[in-house]
Amino acid sequence: MTMPRLTVEKVLVTALLVVASLAASFPLLWMVSMSFMPEAEANAFPARLFPHDPTLANYAELFAHQRMGRFLVNSLLVSSLATCLSLIFNVTAGYAFAKLEFRGRQKLFQFLLALVVIPGQLTMLPLFFQLKTLGLLNSYGGVVVPFMASLFGIFLVRQYALSLPDEMLQAARVDGASEWQIFRRIVLPNLSPIIVTLGVFTFLMAWNDFLWPLIVLSDDHNYTLPLAIASLSQEHIQDSGMVMACATVTIAPVILLFLALQRHYVRGLLAGSVKG
Amino acid sequence: MTAIRSLLRDLAPGHVFVLPAMLVLALFFLVPVFGALAMSFTDFDIYAMADLKNLRFIGLDNYINLLHTPLFWKAFGNTCYFALVGAPLSIIVSLGMAMALNVPGVGLKPVFRTALFAPYVATLVAAAVIWRYMLDAQYGWLNQFLLVIGLRPIDWLGNPHFSMPAIILFSVWKNFGYNMLILLAALQRIPDDLYEAARVDGAGPWERFIHVTLPGVAPSLWMVALLTVAGYFQLFAEPYVMTQGGPAQSTVSLLYFMYQDGFKWWNLGHASATAFILFAVLIGLSFLRPKGEEVFA
Repeated sequence: MTMPRLTVEKVLVTALLVVASLAASFPLLWMVSMSFMPEAEANAFPARLFPHDPTLANYAELFAHQRMGRFLVNSLLVSSLATCLSLIFNVTAGYAFAKLEFRGRQKLFQFLLALVVIPGQLTMLPLFFQLKTLGLLNSYGGVVVPFMASLFGIFLVRQYALSLPDEMLQAARVDGASEWQIFRRIVLPNLSPIIVTLGVFTFLMAWNDFLWPLIVLSDDHNYTLPLAIASLSQEHIQDSGMVMACATVTIAPVILLFLALQRHYVRGLLAGSVKG
Repeated sequence: MTAIRSLLRDLAPGHVFVLPAMLVLALFFLVPVFGALAMSFTDFDIYAMADLKNLRFIGLDNYINLLHTPLFWKAFGNTCYFALVGAPLSIIVSLGMAMALNVPGVGLKPVFRTALFAPYVATLVAAAVIWRYMLDAQYGWLNQFLLVIGLRPIDWLGNPHFSMPAIILFSVWKNFGYNMLILLAALQRIPDDLYEAARVDGAGPWERFIHVTLPGVAPSLWMVALLTVAGYFQLFAEPYVMTQGGPAQSTVSLLYFMYQDGFKWWNLGHASATAFILFAVLIGLSFLRPKGEEVFA
């Protein structure tokens, strides 16, 4: 008896999802399409959906005359460096909070939990001055400083490491392994899923970050892609095809990385919001 | 030397494992937080940057001065507008899409989910640049769409009445995917039996939504709401890229104001006071968090 109604519901919901998915992805698809349009087509009125005469000229111009290669390398280096540092600091600390006994552990952890409400932007003005004193302004090092150790990273790894069986670690201790050996040979391999999760998260956050690099990097030679596109779009807003090509170079790598590691990414997203 | 050596012997391996991260957090997070507090009581400016001898303690003057700065209030109002209208809108869209993805028997869900989530992963600044074209008064697709459905085109980014709605529209598109996934996970935890029982009792779709779905996702919804409002208070890149705070300062946000004040005019003390007022708002919000829920974001 309820079968026909359920089918109508299914058709309506599917229609809604199709429309919403098209609306959500339209700006991104249009960006890619427009990046292949010659100048006349990109500026045509009414706006076009697809290039009649697709060309790579916008990309050629970006890489040949707008230093796109340089910005791409900057972004890759900054995001990779941020990811490596984040893993080194957060995985060791997160594991220790979960599995190693030490004096003051509970209090220290409570303290870290209390710090969560502090927004990162609060630290930016003094941190800018600190980095100036350390000579780290306008350098990759300066950009990655906020990513090195993070509350999110430590909590994420700790949460996952809590599930490691104590017997496994205890057995290794009885066999005379040092804590460092246990960490290297037993803990790290078992933490690899969460290491991938934290890695993707940090890479994407560093790649997409805007305000802090904008503050730290004054020489446009060191610009990451978000800074490059912000400044390109201000100077060349009429060259819409080229601006869209720049947006594509900026967005495509993160979308591809997300598609490849979707499962790991979503795990981190859910862990960061459901109760710990 | 021996003192240090005996101290090191007292350290458990756990101390050694947490030490690097704790040092980094202390040096690059805690010190700047206290630094910001201290700075907000000084006239820290470009002269103090050159030589700290030029620094003067001025008590609460920065805060008092801010309260008499019209642009600060404008920025505060704009930010509240963005957070209190934009966040609920984006959560409604998130919940709607999560419920659609949770309907049993609908095909291609992984494809829909990925397409709906893609804007969230996309680089914010680049997406904002695309939307400048989407929102263009003459060429933009949004106005083409308005014309098709018989409405008049709108000068989205050029009219002070529409600039903030335009940024809200963009932000909803950009961010709803994140909360959608969280709410979808919450919806999937609601047992089917509850829906079945409600159906047996004669509850229609609306009643099932009110009496089964909403109570089921309420804890997640509450947390999502707080995190989203807190996140929306940190509006910056959208006005920076799409409007430069204009027109008529209608999109100057607290952070945009702080950035200009601190890094364009080098009033770092004054800007720190703005940062602390933003912090106070976020602290206030965090008190609304339900007890026993730990959130990290």
